[in-house]
Amino acid sequence: MALLEVMNVGIAFGGLQAVSQLDMKLEAGELYALIGPNGAGKTTVFNMLTGVYRPTEGDIFLDGKNITGKSPTVINQAGVARTFQNIRLFDKLSVLDNVKIGLHNQIRYSMFTGILRLPSFREKEADMDFEAMKLLALFDLDKEAHLPASSLPYGKQRKLEIARALATQPKLLLLDEPAAGMNPSESEELMHTIKQVQKQFGVAILLIEHDMNFVMGICEHIFVLDYGRIIAQGNGESIRNNPKVIAAYLGGE
Amino acid sequence: MEFLSYVINGISLGGVYAIIALGYTMVYGIAKMLNFAHGDVIMVGSYLVYVAVTGAGMHPLLAVVLSMVACTLLGIVIERLAYKPLRGASSLSVLITAIGVSYLLQNLALLIWGSTPKSFSSVISLPTFHLAGGSLTIPGITVVTVAVSAVIMVGLVWFVNSTRTGQAMLAVSEDKGAAQLMGINVNTTIAITFAIGSALAAVAGVLLCTAYPSLQPTTGAMPGIKAFTAAVFGGIGSIPGAMVGGILLGIIEILSKAYISTQLADAIVFAVLIVVLLVRPTGLMGKKINEKV
Amino acid sequence: MNGIKRWSKTTKSNIITYGIVLAFYLLIEGLLAGNLLSNSFQGMLVPVCAYVVLAVSLNLTVGILGELSLGHAGFMSVGAFSGAVLWVILEGKVPDLVGLVLAMLLGGVVAGVFGFLIGIPVLRLRGDYLAIVTLAFGEIIKNILNALYLGVDASGLHVSLKDSAALGLDAEGTLIINGAIGISGMKKISSFTAGIILVLVALAVILNLIHSRAGRAIMAIRDNRIAAEAMGINITKYKLMAFITSAVFAGMAGVLYALNYTTLAAKKFDYNTSILVLVFVVLGGIGNIRGSIIAATILYILPELLRGLQDYRMLVYAVVLIFMMIFNQSPQVLAWRSRMGQIMMNWPVAQRFASMKQGKKEG
Repeated sequence: MALLEVMNVGIAFGGLQAVSQLDMKLEAGELYALIGPNGAGKTTVFNMLTGVYRPTEGDIFLDGKNITGKSPTVINQAGVARTFQNIRLFDKLSVLDNVKIGLHNQIRYSMFTGILRLPSFREKEADMDFEAMKLLALFDLDKEAHLPASSLPYGKQRKLEIARALATQPKLLLLDEPAAGMNPSESEELMHTIKQVQKQFGVAILLIEHDMNFVMGICEHIFVLDYGRIIAQGNGESIRNNPKVIAAYLGGE
Repeated sequence: MEFLSYVINGISLGGVYAIIALGYTMVYGIAKMLNFAHGDVIMVGSYLVYVAVTGAGMHPLLAVVLSMVACTLLGIVIERLAYKPLRGASSLSVLITAIGVSYLLQNLALLIWGSTPKSFSSVISLPTFHLAGGSLTIPGITVVTVAVSAVIMVGLVWFVNSTRTGQAMLAVSEDKGAAQLMGINVNTTIAITFAIGSALAAVAGVLLCTAYPSLQPTTGAMPGIKAFTAAVFGGIGSIPGAMVGGILLGIIEILSKAYISTQLADAIVFAVLIVVLLVRPTGLMGKKINEKV
Repeated sequence: MNGIKRWSKTTKSNIITYGIVLAFYLLIEGLLAGNLLSNSFQGMLVPVCAYVVLAVSLNLTVGILGELSLGHAGFMSVGAFSGAVLWVILEGKVPDLVGLVLAMLLGGVVAGVFGFLIGIPVLRLRGDYLAIVTLAFGEIIKNILNALYLGVDASGLHVSLKDSAALGLDAEGTLIINGAIGISGMKKISSFTAGIILVLVALAVILNLIHSRAGRAIMAIRDNRIAAEAMGINITKYKLMAFITSAVFAGMAGVLYALNYTTLAAKKFDYNTSILVLVFVVLGGIGNIRGSIIAATILYILPELLRGLQDYRMLVYAVVLIFMMIFNQSPQVLAWRSRMGQIMMNWPVAQRFASMKQGKKEG
């Protein structure tokens, strides 16, 4: 059974059909890309997969369970985590606390344990610190752990978003333009990190990216979206040579 | 007949709410802020009319015009000094600042005019109409209020839809950034919105104090909040909505006073606000706004 | 490890906060023992504690949850009335201290229940709408309490919204809440010590809440609701948790305040009281709990001491409020401040100072 199965999903805003007849199948632990020209509906697909938008038609299954129209909270708890195209960090919290929010449902203790400072409070907080620092180290952010998240430079903010999403221990990680605004060497480094994350955590990753070298470099399977429809899918080579894809990017018929 | 005269009273009060609500709804629609001090501009306008008529012996109509001019300036100054620096800040900051301005105006009025209520009745006196063989009386002020609010509403609709400035307002309310790129001066447009809203507040103040002839520094606060309720009721950002919301709210308030309880009338009005916001936050005539992710 | 070092820093900051409260308590007790405080100053000690608790609890909603509540006086009011009614019934039957504790617990619970009932619908709204609806709820509570008649006789409690006659009390019955007049003839049982204990309890609960898993979730919702949802955080649960905790302490503060007088009327807890508490929170620093304590104490006592200032008190507050918001929140002013900061940092002296600080941190 596939990890994520998207069946005939579509969404309309008012009269505008943003995405239609979307079918996707993602296997556990694999790396996928979703590409397409600007305005093709890529982020809208992410928003439907994570429950921000409720699809007007079709069904989404995660591990065989129907998650269509569930809230973002429930979908995250079911195992889908994401990053955002326009970075959404908890600005006033520290870098460390941002990741600890990701651990919210992984390491738990009650409100009263916290208020009464019961012994398990210290224990669980130490566990959280340990796990969070491990993730930060993976993204080379451990030295900035105690700075406010908003003080990080752009590229590091993107990496922090990935670390935070990973902390929720997802089965599927959705990355919305992870390399946007990075220089070639940063982006090269991020490619390796994402590859490493996929191996180390066994997590399936679907990423939206405009940088074709990035996409072709790491993704086994690519979906191409245009005008809200999948127009092609397959490995890098087959996509590169697909006339429909070329037409979509060059603005032909 | 008794019921009908209550409804007429309600329409009269509602007309005042409508004029105040028009100011709220325009500012909220365009500057995207709840101008908490709007009600207090009403109070300032009323005091100015009172002082001009009883103190300086000015003709009431002239006093109203003077008060409108002064309130317009006041609105522009408030916007410029207190709200403009906070454009782009969180709505929490803007709201707290507006509360600060409201308090500032109330306490300035308290220092200048004291807390003793001023009787306003001497400013304007109008004849009363008798209908249906004298069993139904309509105070002159009711007729004037309804007529004035209708004229203002029609005028505003025309202004927004048919003038360049009005079109600029619509553009700013849709998308500040895009409007700026199209060459619209956003700051000027917002300032004009405040100016219009404040001039209307002066008119509302006179009508309010003629119907309820007791003027205090806190006079504007409650009607201000209720008029905001009316604006939300009708759909914030909608000009006809403010009118309909204001009149309905006025009728609800007067009927609650008459048939349920004088003391609980305000509670009922606020309950209406809560129900509307929970059931239909866009109001009767508002439109839904989607949050972008 | 780094994380643990950080932890002790918040603990240190909390200890300073508790220390300030205790030092204030000892100072006042010392002055009282030496008979150095005027009667009017002594009369302010309990209200100061009540306002500190109100400010701290409102800061939980405004600063930590990031939502503006304008109905804090409403929670104070329901707490005050339920606690006072219980005290009127219990007076003489239990020791004063037990009565005070029970009244506070009841006041807290009733305010918490109101916080829950109001929070469920209100917390679905955002920003301005939430603010105006909390204001509306506050006014509704005031209006209803103003029209409320409550009495007790052999057959139990009687309630009416019309008048005292409608209660239908028997000859032995007593009227407890007399409409707009409220409750009168209570025995005063609040004390400064009780007030300080309430302040410390409120501080401990709220500070520990903030620096725990739940508090982090609440602040995450404040900073970015959509991202918090995407991290699997139950938005409604944590918003309610903050809102109810805030209401509970407002209710307890209401009881402390009410039982410091012989009479209690609903009109005391109006919109202006909510705004006054908000002023304390803003001037102390939004989200800064210690700031709330200091601001509430100074701003409450100062104008009472400087009699001449009384008339100008609210005027000055209003001006300072506007100024503080612009100084701390205006994008242009913030940009200017950071530019000025840069310039200052480039001074040789400042650089040496900064490197000293840096060295200390790493050492």
